[in-house]
Amino acid sequence: MADSCPPWCADAFEQSLAAARTRGVQDVEVILAAGSSALTRFANNAIHQNVSETARHLSVRVIVEGRTARASTNRLDPDGIREVVEQAIGITRLTEPDPDLPPLAEPAPYPSVQRHFEATARATPEERALAVAEAIRAVEGAGQTAAGIYSTGESAFALLNSRGVAAWHSETMARFSITAMAPDSSGWAKASACYHGDLDPLALAVSAAQKANASRHPRELPAGRYTVILEPAAVLDLAGQMFGDFSATAIRDGRSFLNDRIGQKIFGDNIRIHDDATHPLQAGAPFDGEGVPRRPLTLVESGAPRDIAYCRHAAALAGVEPTGHGFPLPNEYGEAPANIVIAGGESSLAEMIASTGHGVLVTRLWYIREVDPYEKIFTGMTRDGTFLVEDGRVTAGLRNFRFNQGLMEMLSNVELLGTPVRASGEEAFDMVVPAMKIGNFNFTEVTRF
Amino acid sequence: MKDLALRALDALARRGVSYADVRAIESREREITTKNGKAGHVSSSDSIGIGMRVVAAGCWGFAATDDLTGAGIDRCAALALAIARASAAAKKEDVALAPEQSYRAVWSSPCRIDPFSIPVDRQLGALLAVDAELRHNPATSLAEASMHFERRRQVFASTLGSLIDQTRVMSGAGFSALCYKDGEIQRRSFPNSFGGQYQLKGYELVEELDLLAHAPRIAEEAAALHAAEQCPEGEFDLILDSSQLGLQIHESIGHPIELDRVLGSEANYAGMSFLTLDQLNRLRYGSEIVNVVCDARLEHGPGLGTFAFDDEGVPAQSIDIIRGGLFTGYMTSRETAAAIGETRSNGCMRADGWARLPLIRMTDVSLLPGEQSLEEVFSGDGIYMETNRSWSIDDKRYNFQFGCEIGWEIKNGRRVRMLKNPSYSGISTEFWNACSAIAGREHWTLWGVPNCGKGQPEQVMGTGHGASPARFHNIKIGSAYGG
Repeated sequence: MADSCPPWCADAFEQSLAAARTRGVQDVEVILAAGSSALTRFANNAIHQNVSETARHLSVRVIVEGRTARASTNRLDPDGIREVVEQAIGITRLTEPDPDLPPLAEPAPYPSVQRHFEATARATPEERALAVAEAIRAVEGAGQTAAGIYSTGESAFALLNSRGVAAWHSETMARFSITAMAPDSSGWAKASACYHGDLDPLALAVSAAQKANASRHPRELPAGRYTVILEPAAVLDLAGQMFGDFSATAIRDGRSFLNDRIGQKIFGDNIRIHDDATHPLQAGAPFDGEGVPRRPLTLVESGAPRDIAYCRHAAALAGVEPTGHGFPLPNEYGEAPANIVIAGGESSLAEMIASTGHGVLVTRLWYIREVDPYEKIFTGMTRDGTFLVEDGRVTAGLRNFRFNQGLMEMLSNVELLGTPVRASGEEAFDMVVPAMKIGNFNFTEVTRF
Repeated sequence: MKDLALRALDALARRGVSYADVRAIESREREITTKNGKAGHVSSSDSIGIGMRVVAAGCWGFAATDDLTGAGIDRCAALALAIARASAAAKKEDVALAPEQSYRAVWSSPCRIDPFSIPVDRQLGALLAVDAELRHNPATSLAEASMHFERRRQVFASTLGSLIDQTRVMSGAGFSALCYKDGEIQRRSFPNSFGGQYQLKGYELVEELDLLAHAPRIAEEAAALHAAEQCPEGEFDLILDSSQLGLQIHESIGHPIELDRVLGSEANYAGMSFLTLDQLNRLRYGSEIVNVVCDARLEHGPGLGTFAFDDEGVPAQSIDIIRGGLFTGYMTSRETAAAIGETRSNGCMRADGWARLPLIRMTDVSLLPGEQSLEEVFSGDGIYMETNRSWSIDDKRYNFQFGCEIGWEIKNGRRVRMLKNPSYSGISTEFWNACSAIAGREHWTLWGVPNCGKGQPEQVMGTGHGASPARFHNIKIGSAYGG
């Protein structure tokens, strides 16, 4: 894959620039995105939806006398490009000038990452179908019903501007997830990787089927406070809800729970969290939506929030350097960390279970929503593999719980940490996180299954 | 667009498929937001592309492209077919579809004022005026306002011979005031949270909402919540405003009646449903005054789920979902209707664009107006809640919990004190069976939910939900802050 913008990107940029200059506009930023992705979906032990999409996208932003706006299209022919530039200039001229609007970004070196794998980009429908068929057989063989997805695809993102920025990133991504269902129980497993050969669909299917089998005839435990063991996907989906608040703009707006808490010890000593775009288990571009290189951040050190992300505007207001976490302009949200790595410990999941006298093992959380934005309380449900742990052993499946849990309290009660892995859930973007054993977790209700 | 659709259909048909349909879609969107006295986001977006769906070898295949050259369409058609054939590697039985007729139609949603004819500076000016009014209150930390417009033209063609050309115009607008003070964040929104109100209308919707007139009250309430008492925990009679009730309908009725969920198609992501097939025409879903329809027809109102034909070429219909409290119907597609022995789909298949496959999606799922006056709904004691703040429900749609932006204690039919951080929870059928009063037609509003997620890859769809304020007896309140 090319290390720099391919010709079609450079051509689209040059055409955009020429169209803008013809209309007297000098400051032009272009974002180009392209991708193709395919997803094979199965349910009731058969493939039932099998799709593919291919698309390209051109987005143009201009700056005219302190004003800016953005226009986008997927028509990349000469007329389409000319029209989107005219549209961008037209709406920009109708907006209000912003004295704080940053100029276009300047060129900068970007960290090197290699996240594109040709074999994944070229994975065929047959390849996915055969892997799915094998996974289904494993679940069906256990007397259960399988549902899930196997997706593969490639995407590319370029940001170019009239000051010479020419940022380009391409990557591939594959995801496999599976739910195995028995008459009164279920189990789930999911993984993602830039190279699809790193996924093991059969192993994930076997794991989901084992969970469904082990949680048969679930018992009902009353709501209350319990020691919980959250597997990595559950940690990701819940802890992942707070990182949008590690943002200078969110703090300035008063919408962050870190207002008046930076530097204070709000989590346990054992909580260390980084943002690292170059981590080998991470994905994504090494630059942000403004074309600024992503810098590593220490978001939490020994339980205290330390660094926050700054877009160029927020950085200028604070008198610091931007961190490379800005969203494409114009936007009202500023910035957010995007490559979270939560440091782990030495404990295996088996050790966490073995050390628990009475607790709950959680595979997956679901429908997580914020209850209180400053206390950072979230509600949600357990799902697809919730187990009772007694005297160091998993002894039964459990009916699913609703939780209402404050994240500051939760991350102050972490007793054991596992090895960080690339985790993939459904409620937050993929992160590198460990399993956690947590005391005093707040389950408030029990549902019917 | 018609030529494009027919060319794509021909590219599929000549490859020997047992069924095919295509959707050529051209859309334009405009989004304008303001934040604390400045433009936040001003953008315009155009998109054109085509999605092709086929049945071959007894399996579905789908491919989409924005390469609309002859070669691009041929490649996409070949890929759709290859995907269908690959699906046969894990097939249990051939796809079977309920029969449907062939239609030729041209339809546009009513739109009195084209939102794209209004200059951006006028729309921005209207939002900045609201913003200034919100910040006139010194307690306001963050003022946000937004407008969103979309025009989408879709040409559907199928091997049944249908050729359907539909254009829908959607508008949305709203604002919020956030107040951060003394270690607490409170927010109020108008006319609804998460972007305001959305309907299948033109710019006339923005004019009808009269945003500016409501800004002072909303800013005042956001500030006043800091001094309000915490909503108590316990069992109380609950009165919901129509916007919160709209979301309650969405989560605890709308999603469970999707027949693809019931049959397991969504099990890995969105989940399944407690409404198993044996419950139809047997389950006492609500009290006798609860009547719910799923109605995509224009007669129901300008909802985000209003259209003339769904994305399988099935005409818009009205379906009784709950009649006199009894569960009477699911939302279906041609495939799921056939699976349960129905003779026809009731027309609920929609995709969120040309790149995605149609799924069963809520159209306008509404609680019909009741016969009580607003005074009767508020009579006696209870807690009144307004405007959604959080929502969560389990993957079979039994156990839910909602939080609202603001509450009031009601004594003898009157608001006696403001309550902050109100929340309530329950089990779907128990909740609807506790419905004891529903206000009449004059208080009924058709709300738009623009951000309903479903499917893998996920699709975001707009749905409509009509409701009047209603009362529910002995509901569990306040557990979000319990424990």
